[in-house]
Amino acid sequence: MTPRESRPTSPEHVSVHPLHLYPAYASSVKRAPHELLMPLPAALRDPGGPVFGAGRLRPDDHDTTRNARINGEPIGERILVRGRLLDSSGRPIRGALLETWQANAAGRYIHTGDQHTAPLDPNFTGTARMLTDDQGEYELLTLRPGAYPWRNHANAWRPAHIHFSVFGRNFTQRLVTQMYFPGDPLLAYDPIYQGVPDEKGRQRLISRFDLSLTQPHWALGYRFDIVLGGDAQTPLEEPDHD
Amino acid sequence: MTEPHPARAPLRPEGSNIPARLFGPSPSQTVGPYFHQGLVQHGEQSRFPGDQQLVPGTALYPSERLTLTGRVLDADGLPVPDALLDVWQADLAGQRVDETVLTGFGRSDTRQDGGFWRFHTVKPVPRAGQAPHLDVWLGLRGLLTHLVTRVYFSDEDNAADPLLLSLPLQRRGTLIAVREDVPGGPLYRLDIRLQGEGETVFFNVY
Repeated sequence: MTPRESRPTSPEHVSVHPLHLYPAYASSVKRAPHELLMPLPAALRDPGGPVFGAGRLRPDDHDTTRNARINGEPIGERILVRGRLLDSSGRPIRGALLETWQANAAGRYIHTGDQHTAPLDPNFTGTARMLTDDQGEYELLTLRPGAYPWRNHANAWRPAHIHFSVFGRNFTQRLVTQMYFPGDPLLAYDPIYQGVPDEKGRQRLISRFDLSLTQPHWALGYRFDIVLGGDAQTPLEEPDHD
Repeated sequence: MTEPHPARAPLRPEGSNIPARLFGPSPSQTVGPYFHQGLVQHGEQSRFPGDQQLVPGTALYPSERLTLTGRVLDADGLPVPDALLDVWQADLAGQRVDETVLTGFGRSDTRQDGGFWRFHTVKPVPRAGQAPHLDVWLGLRGLLTHLVTRVYFSDEDNAADPLLLSLPLQRRGTLIAVREDVPGGPLYRLDIRLQGEGETVFFNVY
């Protein structure tokens, strides 16, 4: 691996986020800033953030197995992804917008730019939108995406993943991340996943198979919590016992 | 068969994919090259079109409408054709921010010829001693972690803005969009330069 440069951080804590310049991810070389990030003092930050009412969502927005049907059901392994959106103190974030997009079960995006030879699915776009409820919970019904090849290096394949875009309580909490699947052998070779410098941080991006969320005769259940912003703190929850 | 209703038992902490020993912020990952399918209009197949209009066309809002536009340039000065910009504009004086007046939120991308992003809005109201500005969130293929910057306006008095004053003098101009008077209202232009000469100031908000 390439040695990591130091990255600018605020004095209080070290960022969990990847460096901008990460040469193993080839696209970063011409697009990463060279200058240090400048501080934006909390006192000068704009309050609040976008508010999305439930009125902007349609009933099947959270369900990619239904929201793009043309002449039948999309083909693939149904999965139910449930999780909580939390702040850095472990408290739920309510009424937050999550947007997701992903490849289909064959590893092909509906996007016009994707020229991978895997088949498109006429009944699947792989896009979803959800608002977290009063417990900070969301629920996504979708198909497990396939791995897909890309041109970053010889024989490069992205692990199966679902892109998540999240709005927190204010603009600076905005996060775009990716959800991965447990046990995926491609994670070890993926510079996007490996670009996260902290091992614990990388582990947070892997969903957990959960039999209790699995719907009999319907869909496998996965748990994927997302934590936004700030220092890592002990959550105000009972300790887990995994 | 009929679809069962998913069990709605509350999620318990002990079932989390982030056990207590791993607790901390979820790291950023790139938006990748295909974000359009989920986040901005994608031909006829989009269910969730992006929104370049921060002020709905029907809004009876008295302020002058303006267009804000520019490109995102890489280290070689080439336009980046797959960038995503979210902008956030703080509240209007005395106006409730809602979807009938001003959403406060806009989203654009750079797929058009020339790689221009574009927003239609009104001039933000000065707040807390700061010059009028918009917050900008920038994501693109090649950035594992997104960038945050700001846009100010060349025809405003920016001399006393505390954030601009905190920056090196020669870099302040990278945040100031330049006004041009064209038919259809004022147009403000600003190119975001990711790397190299004239590199845009980006902020650390974490």
